This record gives sequence, structure tokens and C-alpha cells, in this order.
Amino acid sequence: MANTSAAAPAGAAPPEATRRDFLFLATGAGLAVGAGAVAWPFVASMSPDAATVAAGAPIEVDLAPISDGQIINVFWRGKLIFVRKLTEKEVTDMKAVPVSQLADPAAFDSRVKNGHQQWLVVYGNCTHLGCVPIGHSGSFEGWSCPCHGSQFDAVGRVRRGPAPTNLPLPPYAFQSDTKIRIGEEGGKAAA
Amino acid sequence: MSAHASNAYVPKSRLAKWFESRLPLVGLVHSSFVAYPVPRNLNYFWTFGAILSAFLGIQIITGVWLAMHYEPSAKGAFDSVEHIMRDVNYGWLLRYMHANGASMFFVAVYVHIFRALYYGSYKAPREVLYILGVVIYLLMMATAFLGYTLPWGQMSFWGATVITNILAAIPVVGDTIQSLLWGGYSVGNPTVNRFFSLHFLLPWMIAGVVVLHVWALHVTGQNNPAGIPIKSSKDAVPFTPYATVKDVFATVVFMILFAWFVFYQPNYLGHADNYVPANPAVTPAHIVPEWYFLPFYAILRAVPDKLGGVILMFSAVVILAFAPWLDTSRVRSANYRPIYRQFFWVFVAVCFLLGWLGAKPPEGGYVVASQICTAYYFAHFLIVMPLCGLYETPTKLPGSILESVTGPGKQVSGAGMPVGAAAAPTTKG
Amino acid sequence: MRAKSLIAAALAAALIGLSPASAEDGHAPNPPRQQWSYAGVFGRFDQAQLQRGFQVYKEVCSACHSMRLVSFRNLAEAGGPGYSAAQVKALAASYQVKDGPNDAGDMFDRPGRPADRFPPPFPNDQAAAAANGGKAPPDFSVLAKARTYERGFPWFIFDAMPFVGYSEQGVDYIHALLVGYEDPPKGFEVPDGGHYNKYFPGHIIAMPKPISDGQVTYPKDAKGNPVVPETVDQYSKDVSAFMAWAAEPHMMARKALGFRVILFLIVLSGLLYYVKKKIWARVGGEVHGLQPELHKTY
Repeated sequence: MANTSAAAPAGAAPPEATRRDFLFLATGAGLAVGAGAVAWPFVASMSPDAATVAAGAPIEVDLAPISDGQIINVFWRGKLIFVRKLTEKEVTDMKAVPVSQLADPAAFDSRVKNGHQQWLVVYGNCTHLGCVPIGHSGSFEGWSCPCHGSQFDAVGRVRRGPAPTNLPLPPYAFQSDTKIRIGEEGGKAAA
Repeated sequence: MSAHASNAYVPKSRLAKWFESRLPLVGLVHSSFVAYPVPRNLNYFWTFGAILSAFLGIQIITGVWLAMHYEPSAKGAFDSVEHIMRDVNYGWLLRYMHANGASMFFVAVYVHIFRALYYGSYKAPREVLYILGVVIYLLMMATAFLGYTLPWGQMSFWGATVITNILAAIPVVGDTIQSLLWGGYSVGNPTVNRFFSLHFLLPWMIAGVVVLHVWALHVTGQNNPAGIPIKSSKDAVPFTPYATVKDVFATVVFMILFAWFVFYQPNYLGHADNYVPANPAVTPAHIVPEWYFLPFYAILRAVPDKLGGVILMFSAVVILAFAPWLDTSRVRSANYRPIYRQFFWVFVAVCFLLGWLGAKPPEGGYVVASQICTAYYFAHFLIVMPLCGLYETPTKLPGSILESVTGPGKQVSGAGMPVGAAAAPTTKG
Repeated sequence: MRAKSLIAAALAAALIGLSPASAEDGHAPNPPRQQWSYAGVFGRFDQAQLQRGFQVYKEVCSACHSMRLVSFRNLAEAGGPGYSAAQVKALAASYQVKDGPNDAGDMFDRPGRPADRFPPPFPNDQAAAAANGGKAPPDFSVLAKARTYERGFPWFIFDAMPFVGYSEQGVDYIHALLVGYEDPPKGFEVPDGGHYNKYFPGHIIAMPKPISDGQVTYPKDAKGNPVVPETVDQYSKDVSAFMAWAAEPHMMARKALGFRVILFLIVLSGLLYYVKKKIWARVGGEVHGLQPELHKTY
């Protein structure tokens, strides 16, 4: 609002200064709000569209055909998810890992659902830069990433390499002992 | 700059006068590309501005034509590129020109940047000119990245995934930016569609900043190998025909290199994996960016921490913009800076090494070497540039640009700005 | 600058020595380099070889491998195997191509036309994977360009250069792979459904040895003698050459045009050089050399 002072003669304060300042401020604010309102649809149009959101509804996965130690790939919202049936040995080994030694400390129990400790459901993209780690490889009975060498253990906790966090857990819930629903947790659908 | 006035454009015909008084366009072009005084000692490193302009034109024209045949969708992109390669008349030529043109564009821009760094072209009064150049470079990187995703091969897909995941490291707004770029929950159909749109938009923004870059250049005048300003008309020659003919010659020579890649090594600078259609369930064995990003990729991976790596990688580009204030030397050209000159070449070698390391798997000695080189890269700007300027004793500068060409104390009659002035041959080597 | 280039060279040499010790037994040897008629600046496809390669593809490979981006008509186009239009028409008609829907709304099979693309052996990738032990056989269309192997420093620099250039890594790899089936070395465990291949990265390939000596009968010459040996090595070379063409059907046009363009540019730059010299003579000649200032003192 440099115009205010430029328009007024130097030294002589105009009598209705406050009223005019308010007029300029209100107009400026109105213009800003208008510009923001115009920009909003453009920005919003770039976020996931209605069809994509609808296609991102929860999916059900049948666990019955998965054998001990097997990892299957599931896609939900275009993202890869590993569903892994842990062997007895893997469960024992993973429980034995001291949590304090982990880069991203997480107890075994926090990685699986209560009462279904044989089942691991994790996102299948490395938390470093999104590559797909290879199953049953590396030194920790889990995954190793071919891109930058991160290694994850059998419950997807990062054990080595540049990955900053464990493989994240997608929202999911057990419908029965042999069926899970990905995208829904505790009766609430994921945003 | 007084030469400007004496060589100003004067419209001759009535029509030209009529037009010029309404829009002085011809006069603008005349003062910028005809009468504009050019230091007479410019070497071939100064032709890369013209070469870069040529490549901006080539990329825009081939790009517009490719867009007539390309289909920006996850389902159709790969096949439409192959349709261009197989069915469209000269489609293979357009596509290989565009793909290799991008690489040549970067070859030329790196020569241009290193030239600016060697001869101190970033120093006062050319800071804004130089920073606009850094902005163009950033826009080029964004454009190249977006373009590389369009064929929707494995490298396209995984490159896009890796780079958009870099953005997620930004605190607070990272996830939102990522989601806005993806248009979904991962890299997919909406992503390739909007990347195509942005890839089409950015070159025009580059063209806009290039206009500003040239404008700023014509305010300050060109730097030169001696790094001293034009002092008399004898130091300069008019842009046309002297610089024009030299620029055209250099551009045509550079086109030979370009043609070699287009016609005989069209896939050399690309990746074989990009001829495999994108597959979200399979990662290529080595995700490697295009060669021109490799030094920055090495810097990204040198840091074991994700956010730290991202910050360092962006800093590596942004730090270029601070060179005008990090360099404390009063002397522009490294020709007269015996110590800095040595450091400059070490810096160039380090950049090449970083490029080589960026293509290597991040294991063992490579990581350590990347860390050393990254440290040196930043040390060059933060330690070498400030300290060298303070402690180095420059060698004696020539008295004038003409003297730098002829040697000290020699008199040359009539050479210089006045067009067509008869001149005795004064220099031959 | 000599001292500095020496330092740079020493640094580079030191870094090469830094290569990680991960050269475990999974690393395959580099494929041996073959002679290809179409390599180099003046390279041309050998029509007879492309025809033999197509025969191998048709009789052997096409049982599992699709070639979805190539049309029948391409076989008759310039720079390719050089079949006649009539031959291609007959060949296309010997395939059944899915078309439709018809007026009743049904899909139907009809004989192929030259404009059709090669029909795939499996309706989709999932069917191909299911029928082949879980991994779909890769499509042949651009496979020759989608495969390569690392040449490493400094070879990759020479590979880009005229005369010593090398851009046939993909076909060399494919040829090596086809002749690379052998018994695994002692102690190397090959899992079920896997096959040992010397040149495949990791050595365990899902594809069984696809072809053996004498499997494809090539056309004989006028006297009834074989033109080329009917061996795995020869089949592999022929089908690799065919794949190189399929991946880049305009390669010969590209190389021919490139020669003319580069020749033109060289002549033009010669002319420009002398124009520039003449113009700069008006102001006493141009400064020569990249850094004349560097060798002067004031």
C-alpha cells in the first residue's frame, strides 16, 4: 500500500487516514481471498480424483492358500503389499531380537496383530526410495533392497542400509483366521 | 558501451520508420545481436551460449512434433513411443534427436557452467545474469526428469518413484506435494499424464528465463578470458558478423557430435531397462538416473540419512547461486589466479568422479569415495573460494583486452569496433 | 595442466581399485563379442540371415514369446528381411487373429492380414506366466534393446566412439544366453524349475534350453547343400540378428541418413571456418588457441 503515502502530500496527514487505510486493506484482502479461491480448484484438481479414491477402497485377501514362509504380493491403491506367513523359527528369532538395538525400534508384537503372530502384512516398497526389496534375501531372514542395499528382517524392520524406517504397516484387520481386509482398521476405513 | 549509440539502428525506408516508431523491435534486435559490442578475445568456450540456444530450439521443435504422436497414459505411453519409432515417418529421427538432444543440451550447459566458474563470470556486475543461469539449469533438470518418465519404461517408472519419494522427505508438506504430483496413491496413470503436461510447460518457462538471461547479459556486457572490462572501442568487435559467424561455426561443429549420437549411438546415453515396459512389482537391478544427474545422485547416496541426503543434493545445486559472494577475489579470470586455477581443475575432476560414482552400486569403497568427493565439492565453494581470494597473489593483469590479445605495449591501428575498418594482421596465435 | 591430469588419473585408478568385493559367483562372465553384419557406420542387415532368424522365431521361439509390436507388413518393408508383399500376405493368412465384436456382439477369429500384428501365444501376461512356471516369457519386440551388460570403465568410453564403437551388447548377450546352457559346476545347486546358464545373471534361468542342433531345417542352396550350418550357434546368431531388426526396423535408414548428415555437416563447418577466417581478418584476425593469455606475461 505504498500508494497511500505517495498520494498524500508529505507531512500533511489526510483527515480520513484510518478509514482510507481500512478501505485499502479490505480491498487488498478481498483480492488475496479471490486469488486464493481461484487457485484452489487448480491445486485440488491435482490430488487423487474421485475414481482413484473409489478404487482405493479396502480389499480382502484370502490367507488360506499361503504356506509357511511364503510371501505373496498384493496391490492396494497401486502400492505393493507383502503378505508373509512366518515360520515358527522366524517368529522365535524375531522375538529374540533386542528392540533397543534397532535403528527404528519396534517390538515384534507391534509388527503383527494380536493372536495372529504368524502373519506379517507390510508395504512392499523400501522406505529409502521406494524400490521393491527382494524376499528371503539378506542377513536377517527378511528382505534386501537391490537399489541401495537396505536390509529388513522377517517382520520388515530395517536392520542395515540407508532406509530410515521399518517397512510401514498398511491398515488392515482380520475378518477371520484366514481372511484379512486391507485398508480398514478397527471398523474405520482408511482416509 | 558508447559503441551502442554510435551504431544505433536507423530505419531507412518509410515503412521501417513507421513500424519502428510504433514498436522498436528491429532496433532492439539490432542493438542486441548486431551492434552489441563483444570483447575481441573471446575463445570458443563463449560459443556455448549460442549452442545452448540452438538446443533449446531443437528440443522444443522435436518435442512439439513428438507430442503429435505420443499418448500420455500408463497403458499407451510405451506403445505410442514404439509407434513413433516404427510407424511414423522419420519418427525414429524425431525421437532420437529429442532424447540425445537432451543429453547434448546438458553437455553444453556443463561446459557453459564450468566456463563461468573458471573465468569468474559470476562476479559483479554479473550476479543476476549468473543466478538466472542457475535458474535455467534447475528448470532444465526438472524438464529432463519429467521427460525421462514419459516413455514409461522401467527406468521411467522407477526413476519417477525414487525422485518423488525424495520429496516425501520434506518435513510437513512433503506428503502433500507427493500426492499432488502422483495424483493417486503411487506413481501411476495420473502421474504420467500430468508429467507430460508439465514437461510441455517447462521449456517455455526456460525460454522465458533465457530472454531475461540474455537481457541481463546485454546490460552488463560479456565477460572475457582476461576478465577485464571493455575500455575502448579497440577492445571490442560488433556481435554481427564477428561473434555470429563464430557462433554458427561452433554450433555446426557441435552438431557433428550430436549427429553421431543420433545416428550411430542413439541408445548409448540411455538405459536398456527403459525398453522394458514399466512394472510396479519389479525393480530394475540398478536404478540409475540419466548421466547428467549422476554427480547429484552420488551426493544423495553419500549420506546415510535420507533427509540429510536430500538436503545435501539440493544444496549442491543451490550453492552455485552463492558463488558471487563466496568468491572473495577481485580478479575474475582464473588465468591470473595461479592457486585457484589448480583448485578449479581438482574441482572439475571431483565432479567427474562423482558422476562415475553415481553410476556405481552404493557399497563398500564407493560410498566412502562418494563421501570424500561430496565433502570436497562443498569445500570448494565454502573453503577454497573464500580463502583463495584472500590469500592468493594474482599475476599481473593485462592493461586492456586488446593488450591481452597482442601482448603488452603494442599499438594496433584501426582494429576494433568500427565495422569494416582496415586492420593490419596483428595476431596469429 | 599435466600435473593435474596425472593427479586425476591417479585418483581414478585408485577408485577403480575400490570396487567392492561383491564379485560373488552370481556374476556372469561377459558375453563374447560376435561379428554382426549390421554393426558399425556402414552396417547392413543380411537379408538371408534375417529370414533364417525369422524362421527360427516362427518355428521355435514364438511358441512362448510374443512379438506384439511387430506387424506382418514390417517383414516386407525396406531395410528388413525383404519378403515380398505376396509372401507376407500368405504368411499373415496362416495365423488366426482375434477380431470383433461382430454384429452379434461376439469376438471371432479370422485369418491375419499384413496390417495385423503378430498374435501372442498367450492371451495375457498372467496366462503366459501360469503356463511357464510363474514367469511370463519376455516379449521379443524390443528385447534386443532391452538387454545389455556392463562393460565398465574405460571400455564404455571407447564404445561411444567412431570406428571402435560398440552398440551390439544386447544381441551379443542374447546369443551368449542361447549357447550358454551347460551343466552346473560342482556344488552349484539348481532349484526345481530352474536351469543353469553360464551367461544369465545369477545363472538360474527359468527358460529351459530352447533349441538344439538340427532342430530347424534351413533352405538349401541350388545344389541342395546347406548354406549355413544347422547348429545352435548359427540359430542363435540368426535369431539374434532378427531380433535386432525387430527392435529397430529403421536401423539401415538411420545409418544411411546419418552418413549423409555428418558428411554435410563436415563440409558446412569447413565452409564456415573459412568464412569466419575471412570476416575476422577485417579486424586483424581472431585469437587462436583456447588460452593464449595463459602463456603471456605483462
